[in-house]
Amino acid sequence: MSRLLIKHGRVVDPSQRLDEGLNVLIVDGKVARIAERIEDKEADIFDATGLVIAPGFVDVHVHLREPGFEYKETIATGTAAAVAGGFTSVCCMPNTQPVNDNAAVTEFIRARAAEAGLAHVYPIGAVSKGLQGEELAEMGEMARAGAVAFSDDGKPVHNSYLMRRALEYAQLFDVPVVDHCEDPNLAAKGVMHEGAVATRLGLRGVPAVAEEVMAARDVVLAELTGGRVHIAHVSTRGALERVRDGKARGVAVTCEVTPHHLALTDQAVADSEYDTDTKVNPPLRSGDHVEALIQGVLDGTVDCLATDHAPHHADEKVLEYDLAPFGVVGLETAIPVTYDLLVRRRKLPLRLFIALWSSNPARLFRLPGGSLKVGSPADITVLDLDARATVNPDRFRSLSRNTPFAGQRLKGWPAATLVGGKVLWRRERK
Amino acid sequence: MHRVQVLDARGVARALERMAAELVERVGDEKLLYLVGVQTRGVPIARRLAKLVAAATGHEPPVGALDIALYRDDVGPWRPAHQQPILRDTELPVTVDGKVVCLVDDVLYTGRTVRAALDTLMDYGRPHAIRLAVLVDRGHRELPIAADFVGRTVPTSHTEDVQVRLRESDGEEGVWIGKEVAE
Amino acid sequence: MSVKPAARLRGKDLVGIDPLSAEEIQLILETAEQMRDIAARPIKKVPALRGKTVVNLFMEASTRTRFSFEVAEKRLSADSLNFSATSSSVSKGETLVDTALNLEAMQPDFIVIRHVYAGAPHQLARILRSSVINAGDGAHEHPTQALLDALTIRLKRGSLEGQVVAIVGDLQHSRVVRSNILLLNRMGTTVRVAGPPSLIPLEMDKLGCQVYRRMEDAIAGADVVMMLRIQLERQGRMNFPTVREYYDFFALTPERLKLAKRDCLVMHPGPMNRGVEIDSRVADGPQSVILEQVTNGVAVRMAVLYLLAGGHGEPTAD
Repeated sequence: MSRLLIKHGRVVDPSQRLDEGLNVLIVDGKVARIAERIEDKEADIFDATGLVIAPGFVDVHVHLREPGFEYKETIATGTAAAVAGGFTSVCCMPNTQPVNDNAAVTEFIRARAAEAGLAHVYPIGAVSKGLQGEELAEMGEMARAGAVAFSDDGKPVHNSYLMRRALEYAQLFDVPVVDHCEDPNLAAKGVMHEGAVATRLGLRGVPAVAEEVMAARDVVLAELTGGRVHIAHVSTRGALERVRDGKARGVAVTCEVTPHHLALTDQAVADSEYDTDTKVNPPLRSGDHVEALIQGVLDGTVDCLATDHAPHHADEKVLEYDLAPFGVVGLETAIPVTYDLLVRRRKLPLRLFIALWSSNPARLFRLPGGSLKVGSPADITVLDLDARATVNPDRFRSLSRNTPFAGQRLKGWPAATLVGGKVLWRRERK
Repeated sequence: MHRVQVLDARGVARALERMAAELVERVGDEKLLYLVGVQTRGVPIARRLAKLVAAATGHEPPVGALDIALYRDDVGPWRPAHQQPILRDTELPVTVDGKVVCLVDDVLYTGRTVRAALDTLMDYGRPHAIRLAVLVDRGHRELPIAADFVGRTVPTSHTEDVQVRLRESDGEEGVWIGKEVAE
Repeated sequence: MSVKPAARLRGKDLVGIDPLSAEEIQLILETAEQMRDIAARPIKKVPALRGKTVVNLFMEASTRTRFSFEVAEKRLSADSLNFSATSSSVSKGETLVDTALNLEAMQPDFIVIRHVYAGAPHQLARILRSSVINAGDGAHEHPTQALLDALTIRLKRGSLEGQVVAIVGDLQHSRVVRSNILLLNRMGTTVRVAGPPSLIPLEMDKLGCQVYRRMEDAIAGADVVMMLRIQLERQGRMNFPTVREYYDFFALTPERLKLAKRDCLVMHPGPMNRGVEIDSRVADGPQSVILEQVTNGVAVRMAVLYLLAGGHGEPTAD
């Protein structure tokens, strides 16, 4: 029997409405007791003085790149990056090679994750075979193999008929369909947000409406079918409003927002002089959209945060802006970027911040965890809200370094990450 | 900077008169004379000499202006913190071909400006001859160049600076030697 | 507002008009005016850039701009080397950055780059020690074009301040219009743009111009009309239907030209599509300064090379 006692920490668990100084006893990888004072002579002690104890954070939108693109990231390095970023669970997208559109690949991913023994990995299977957007993939077999949702991310499910059928069929397995909302024709091969900055920089722009029209369609289809749709990486005011309207009408629509879409605007492309670590899809939007997203987080329209961690090899990013692939890594900067912005600057209550990263995503995707209730797996994120550090990509556990936050000094970092009661990662003390 | 006057306005006027007289005496056919001032202060001096020659001979020689910035030897990779000089006008109203061009400048020092002026001029045509008239010769030649007509020879050291001031451009008239005062 | 020229250019590169101050622009224009005289001399060459090496890195086809740069380089006695995309390692898959680093290993003083993609000069300027000159990057900027356009207007009109310039054409894909708006704005000129609405970029007015959908409204009373080249074959037919329709609504014809001021200047960055965006009678007419633009282009490029070769100081008396 392994026993771990976390003492002197501030336990913040939104699922139990807890926010106080409490001790947590972990026995055999599960939460055994939470109380003001626990004594246990056989337990190892984890001194959490000055730290926050939260349910393990879950990132529902990550690209682990394995199988097929191991030069960018592997499941081992990706889950190492996850725990270094404070995450105990991640959901990985199916745009691998081969695509995760069948149970064999789903099982492979889970097996690799188990070998790595770090963060839990819950695969998201493809909606369509080969992500071609034509035929439904074997959702049932994948669900049995452990898939928790379905998506064709980084592509939209463009064909509305297919989306309708996917939303219907997925109900058999009670899983959401996650849509990357982008009308490919309206997007017109754009490389940044269509607006004054794109005009000035002479870069093709992706209009906000390319996202909004698809989000509107998804809400309407979810309403028609009764299915559950989750809008990936919402970046526009318009799409957020469609989500808000849908929720008001009782549609099962949810959404996520990434840290980079909250912290940066399209001006970053100009300020960085065409640095491709500002090239993401959906693109960084103008200030009015960003403000609407932040409001959406503050008022609860946004259900959870997710990084869309998209590693790319350095050689691929050192290209002309038009040619470089879209995407930035996010696992190892997510907590400080969002804590610094939302809690410190915009005064979001800490328990809501923690809910956005833990209980909410866990509930939406029906994942184990997201709570420190007695009997829950001891997946725990320990936060040091006073820690100040500079983002240094050279020290990332991820294989890739493509971050727009390099050199930023931020406050509020993960201090330790426990999965199943084991401390898998701990911040070095100076 | 501490300055000492070595030539006052009258002195400048007398020097120019003497130079004009020498010019007239030695040029031979005065119809071939063409005074070309080196930008910037050589230009007003050339104009004054032209007027003086006109008074003596009844014939005013043409006056031109030459900008030597593009021919200088002190810009380029061999000068570490090199700076590009600003360009000024080159105006040669008459062709230099076949003329006796008298280059006119305020101060003759190392001779490099005159070297640049010679190269500039040669790209404009083929003068019959080139002469040099300077108001002040301060010595320290670095090239084998000599003036044909000199207003005043003023021995100087390298730490000193010769300042020619003309009423056309500076509001005062005279020649001063400036010296860096040790702090 | 009479602008006093800067003493020198601040940066080592010319990646666009955007980073330049009005004073720096004035310095380039005044220096270019001096450079014009060299073309009038019997020996059209000065030794100012003797021993300097310039690489013309043209990753996008262009004869005239490259030619203009070459003439400028040779008139300053620099050594000019031409590197074009097709005939090179680029077709073997070498990246832009690798190409540039390889070139820099041979120690050029300048790299003049034209590229299909916006931002390429900025990438190079960051990593190379050579001075990088943007000869056109995608739809972003073409700074020497805007400078020669400004010089042309200045020489004809005396100054840029207070002039009304109308620019008409495919605004979406034009780097010429972007650079011109930025420059003319900085120098106190009013800029009006017009083009088919489907070819007007979002929030174009924020660059510093008034946007019109009808060409007639933009050129009414203008001092200068600048026509942009339309390239329908490049963009597919979803932005604009046909050349014939373009001519009917957006070409500079003698009738439309009458709407502008009587002595309005007619400009075009070239090469012209006669009968598409500009009628031959106007292109060859008395108000056209299109060929002077070409002459001024050499002078402007000479000025840019000269000024980037060093800063500026008062010539010392020797």
